[in-house]
Amino acid sequence: MATTATSDDVRTLEELLLRMWRIRAFEIRAMELFEENLIRGSVHPYVGMEAIAVGVCGALRPDDLITSTHRGHGHCVAKGLDLRRMMAEIIGREDGYCRGRGGSMHITAMESGMLGADAIVAGSSAIAVGAAHGLRLQGRENVVVCFFGDGAANQGILHEACNLGAVLSAPVVFVCENNQWAISTPASASTRIENIADRAAGYGFPGVVVDGNDVLAVRAAASEACDRARAGEGPTMIEAKSYRVTPHSAATKTDLRPPEELDAWRARDPILRFSRYLAEEQGIEPARLEQIEEQARQDVAAAVEFALASPRPDPEAAIEDVFAPAEWLVPGRLA
Amino acid sequence: MSERELTMSEALNEALHEEMERDGGVLVVGEDIAQLGGLFQVTKGLLERFGAQRVIDAPISEAAQAGAGVGAALVGCRPVIELQIADFVSLVMDQVVNHAGKWRYMSGGRVTVPFVLRGAVSSGIGMAAQHSQTLEAWFVHAPGLVVIMPSTPYDAKGLLKAAIRDDNPVVFLEKRLLYSRPGPVPEEEYTVPIGVADVKREGSDVTVATYAAGVHLALQAARQLAREGVEVEVVDLRTLKPLDTETLLASVRKTGRLVVVTEAAGTGSFASEVVARVTEAAFSSLRAAPVRVTGKDVPMPYAASLERAVLPQVEDVVAGLNAALERVPVAEASS
Repeated sequence: MATTATSDDVRTLEELLLRMWRIRAFEIRAMELFEENLIRGSVHPYVGMEAIAVGVCGALRPDDLITSTHRGHGHCVAKGLDLRRMMAEIIGREDGYCRGRGGSMHITAMESGMLGADAIVAGSSAIAVGAAHGLRLQGRENVVVCFFGDGAANQGILHEACNLGAVLSAPVVFVCENNQWAISTPASASTRIENIADRAAGYGFPGVVVDGNDVLAVRAAASEACDRARAGEGPTMIEAKSYRVTPHSAATKTDLRPPEELDAWRARDPILRFSRYLAEEQGIEPARLEQIEEQARQDVAAAVEFALASPRPDPEAAIEDVFAPAEWLVPGRLA
Repeated sequence: MSERELTMSEALNEALHEEMERDGGVLVVGEDIAQLGGLFQVTKGLLERFGAQRVIDAPISEAAQAGAGVGAALVGCRPVIELQIADFVSLVMDQVVNHAGKWRYMSGGRVTVPFVLRGAVSSGIGMAAQHSQTLEAWFVHAPGLVVIMPSTPYDAKGLLKAAIRDDNPVVFLEKRLLYSRPGPVPEEEYTVPIGVADVKREGSDVTVATYAAGVHLALQAARQLAREGVEVEVVDLRTLKPLDTETLLASVRKTGRLVVVTEAAGTGSFASEVVARVTEAAFSSLRAAPVRVTGKDVPMPYAASLERAVLPQVEDVVAGLNAALERVPVAEASS
């Protein structure tokens, strides 16, 4: 476990733990709700990877932006979105962040710096670059973090986006969440290199490999990358090595991963590791740690209660919001 | 009213200058658009006036350019992306269709994507199969996109200004052969409203619905038929989506006959959509079967004799008009 910065107070550390537990509890509950047919389509749980989102977002300012992926709940929770509106969205209700139009894979909350989750693998990488350049044009000293996975690392658009980000010196941080598997294809079968972050050299910016199950190590790497970005020195690629201990999705019933591999990663659980660190190095009482875990569970339970009480979207409104208001747009009609 | 004449590329250039002057959030991105001013000089002089942060010579990464445009739009800028050749849209379709066109709806109406993608439709000059497609139907089919194809310098300028100010993603297709064609453009500031067709020639016997290069074919055909006492009405749709069905239907109700002209390949073309809409809404007004005059469903050949055979010519429009007027059998009219 990386050592904490001296400026960290106990409350900040506890908040990191709380957010990780919230992600864990949210995902486990979401998988249950999928089995209960309350969630349609699918859910891509972030279990085992909580330290990445929480570590990265722990380095961000509230008005910094992120783009996310199909496996995006963790990013949303870490960025401070409202669990109730997240759950309402995932259950498909009117009070959801996207009023039931987006679902699990498309949660968007600009007011919280969430540009949007994107279910096209690597699809948001250039969007992050453009948003970062746009912020700079507006004179804002913000960064944009683009989360993507090891699977996305082999998409063409990511290459284009990294290179464009580099030539623009855009304040963007590319965070590769290497969870080792793209559904059933291991990263080792998708690339001949050990570290995806090595590719950063080809774009002329730093690539950093970090233990993705160490929230403080992730946060430290992200802080450094954000400092660089804010200083106008351009992008950084952080590769956070981790593992998703749950299946690809709640709807994926076949899992080809070796059980011993799963066990090995479960033993490195990021939440339990950080809890141990807080108890042993920071002297936080076990009872307090349990209290934080319990609070996360209660927050998620309240979110589910809120979501289930929210009305279903009106089918008459299905054609709304395809277009932004415009002189040519006739209310109640499509173009 | 000024008698000033500009070419279409000059008119578009003036639109960009005016909108960039008016709104500091407007930026222009593309290949060879800054130092060179664009292959067709549409972005000439912008770099000198507005600087390299707003006038960006991008690497040859069309998808990233478009994606960056979406990102910049999401944070409140108004990017204009230039596709040097419109055929390159195949490289950006994911960013345009899955991102630009859907982001607002997926977010439940919480974001806007004021983004313009301009592309030069380069058929008719021997650029062969990968530089000569007319692809408006691809975009019309995708939800959430405005699609514009101007035919005159006046319309091009006014519609581009309106497109930049619109809060929706706009695909703006420019026929390259029209760039050098002059037409009246007043000195005074104006915009042309999106979603409003323009009757370019009034007539009572038959309606031609068309856009872009098709307008000029139709006007030539109309002059020929006028010598035979037939009055052709030429409706320049200008905006394909949203479609001005009122103007279109009013014309067909007056004439009872419809020919739709497009240079695009006929199958699944926008001409088919126009015929379907008119047939559904004004079947009883039609005195004859509608006729489509379109390009042929083949990749564009290189040799002049072959390209001419694939693209609709004035004589094809005349034949289509004669068919709609029941002056010759339909079988003879279709080339």
